[in-house]
Amino acid sequence: MKNSVLLSAMTIAGLAAGAAAAGTLDDVKARGTLNCGVTTGLVGFAAPDANGVWEGFDVGMCRALAAAVLGDPNAVEFVPTTGSTRFTALASGEIDFLARNTTWTFSRDVDLKFEFIGINYYDGQGFMVPRALGVSSAKDLDGATVCIQTGTTTELNLADYFRSNNISYEPVPIETNAEGQQQYLAGACDTYTTDASGLAATRATFENPDDHVLLPEIISKEPLGPLVRHGDNEWADVARWTLNALVAAEELGVTSANIAEMANGTNNPEINRLLGTEGGLGAMLGLGSDWAMNAIMAGGNYGELFEKNIGENTPIGLARGLNAMWTEGGLIYTPPFR
Amino acid sequence: MTTLIDPPKISFRLSQLIYDTRYRSITIQVIASILLIAGIYWLVNNTIQNLAALGKDFDFGFLTQPAGYDINQRLIGYTSQSSHGMAALVGILNTLLVAFLGCLLATVLGVTAGVLRLSNNWVVSRLMAVYVEGFRNVPLLLWIIAIMALMTEGMSRIREFRVGGDAGMILNDSVAVTNRGIYIPSVILENGFMTSSAMNWLVLLVILMISLFFVRGVRKRSDAVQEDTGVRPTTWYKQLIILVIPVGLVMVLMGAELQYPELRGFNFSDGIHLRNSLIALWLALSLYTGAFIAEIVRAGILAISKGQSEAAFALGLRPNRTTSLVILPQAMRVIIPPLISQYLNLTKNSSLAIAVGYMDVRSTLGGITINQTGRELEGMLLLGAFYLVLSLTISGAMNVYNNRTQLQER
Repeated sequence: MKNSVLLSAMTIAGLAAGAAAAGTLDDVKARGTLNCGVTTGLVGFAAPDANGVWEGFDVGMCRALAAAVLGDPNAVEFVPTTGSTRFTALASGEIDFLARNTTWTFSRDVDLKFEFIGINYYDGQGFMVPRALGVSSAKDLDGATVCIQTGTTTELNLADYFRSNNISYEPVPIETNAEGQQQYLAGACDTYTTDASGLAATRATFENPDDHVLLPEIISKEPLGPLVRHGDNEWADVARWTLNALVAAEELGVTSANIAEMANGTNNPEINRLLGTEGGLGAMLGLGSDWAMNAIMAGGNYGELFEKNIGENTPIGLARGLNAMWTEGGLIYTPPFR
Repeated sequence: MTTLIDPPKISFRLSQLIYDTRYRSITIQVIASILLIAGIYWLVNNTIQNLAALGKDFDFGFLTQPAGYDINQRLIGYTSQSSHGMAALVGILNTLLVAFLGCLLATVLGVTAGVLRLSNNWVVSRLMAVYVEGFRNVPLLLWIIAIMALMTEGMSRIREFRVGGDAGMILNDSVAVTNRGIYIPSVILENGFMTSSAMNWLVLLVILMISLFFVRGVRKRSDAVQEDTGVRPTTWYKQLIILVIPVGLVMVLMGAELQYPELRGFNFSDGIHLRNSLIALWLALSLYTGAFIAEIVRAGILAISKGQSEAAFALGLRPNRTTSLVILPQAMRVIIPPLISQYLNLTKNSSLAIAVGYMDVRSTLGGITINQTGRELEGMLLLGAFYLVLSLTISGAMNVYNNRTQLQER
């Protein structure tokens, strides 16, 4: 046992050694690939398709960043992480960028020493129950068995919600979404709780999605966003403005279809600055002038990514809701490119 | 004329450090310890530097912060408002519970299988060989997950227990085998002497210990009678009376009552809930370690010379008396030392609990707490220290037992 203490200390020391190296931007450029942490599989957000190619909303974020930095949306090494391994993977330098439905909270930002670069999905925690159970409200779940992913904010929200409503429950801790799905479908738990988007994505993969309902209560705010390590401001800027570029592109009407045409110059100076024909914003980030263009071409602008992966025409069928542009009553907004 | 000449004094040369066997071992040891110290220094220094670079400090204060998460299996009072330290303690108790149950069942299984594998009955010995080789040669993790899958997928759902469902409770409606675990009746003390139920159980335990003390007295007396007269008095009913009557009487006074599990709302309530995770982990650990113990027991028995059993038979002892009075006491000396390592293995293997979501100390302190607080280094060190202390305690206790069963040379 003495050895294992030493070993764990060594592992942590070794991992930390990776983190303390030079700027992440230089590391990624030198390596030629971006190490991107994603989920172990949540259809619509990040999951490998039939050919083993990762796709999804979070994957699109990784590809856009890789395209901005390296010019190639496929120069990404996807690292599947669980709710409880993701932070260690990022803190240790195993991954450069974590895009895994991660809720932006105070303690994660301040105490865990991470830097959230923005919010790419406004979510909230919901409950899914089998229709046959006849439950219509989360408040009726007194005494229910609840499947819950460990190491997530949902675990804490769940405890708070049941305590504040003075009802009891039996938690069944699970490690991955796949495990939760299996336990839920086997009836080992009455309800499965996680982010409402995750529930919708999970339900879409069921044999009979209509046999399951999402309860109306959304018990928490879950602003999901990608994050990087605290302290490397250059890298955080690159990641933040790549996300902002995707949002700005939607706002300015730049899509993957018309971007080639717009890149030749337009009458709108902000589009010109975004696409690099004016202003030299790319150089300020330490990237080429076509960084944002590459990022947008990787998978389209924010709206295109949304519609293609999780939008209403996909099996997951999420409405834009809070995630509509601010001009359309949503919360998606970016500071100006100036 | 003879003169006594001192042997010529050879002055010390540096090369002696390598070529002189008197000094060589010291040289090697010094170099090795310098390397070791340098290695440790590098590790510690690296850790401190990198913690500083990440802006993290080394602090155990998180143990007093509220944990915020719930734990399903609690042996002591715990709510989500309790501290991370309490959560760790709940996890520690769960680890101890599964390790204790596991060691117990593994020993029973192992000794039975080990003895039976030497049986003259071909079918029995082959069956035991299949058990031992089957469990010994497949990774433990697979058995844990297999048993978990069997429980969740194979057993009846709760809804099938509702009116009109096709599943029912067994054993006179007292036990429910569901895919959420097994619900068994519990004993409750309606009007105990003490305020808390734990204290009441402690009272019962003390009474039981006292009874056991008297049972030992009875046994000692019958030993003495046997020494004197050669006839052992029949005392089993006395022992039974001493053991059962006082505890039974006090339990009746305390208003002990069986509480049966009952389907209410979403789940069975009342009774004791043996969760799938506990069952899967417990059975898999026991079956797996039991297979190793079976081999140790078999080796121990085979190590006893055949002459011993032949002599016992010649004295007219029946085979089962031969095993229990002649073979096993001698075999124990061979069995116990490797048995200790099996107990340690089982205890440490219980950290595979994470695979089925059993909330042991690895899952609470080493899992959720680390994840919520970001204190990986502190958490892992505490976890390592806990397993170290636990393992040393087990091996210390077993060594005491080992010394008592050793051959007493006079």
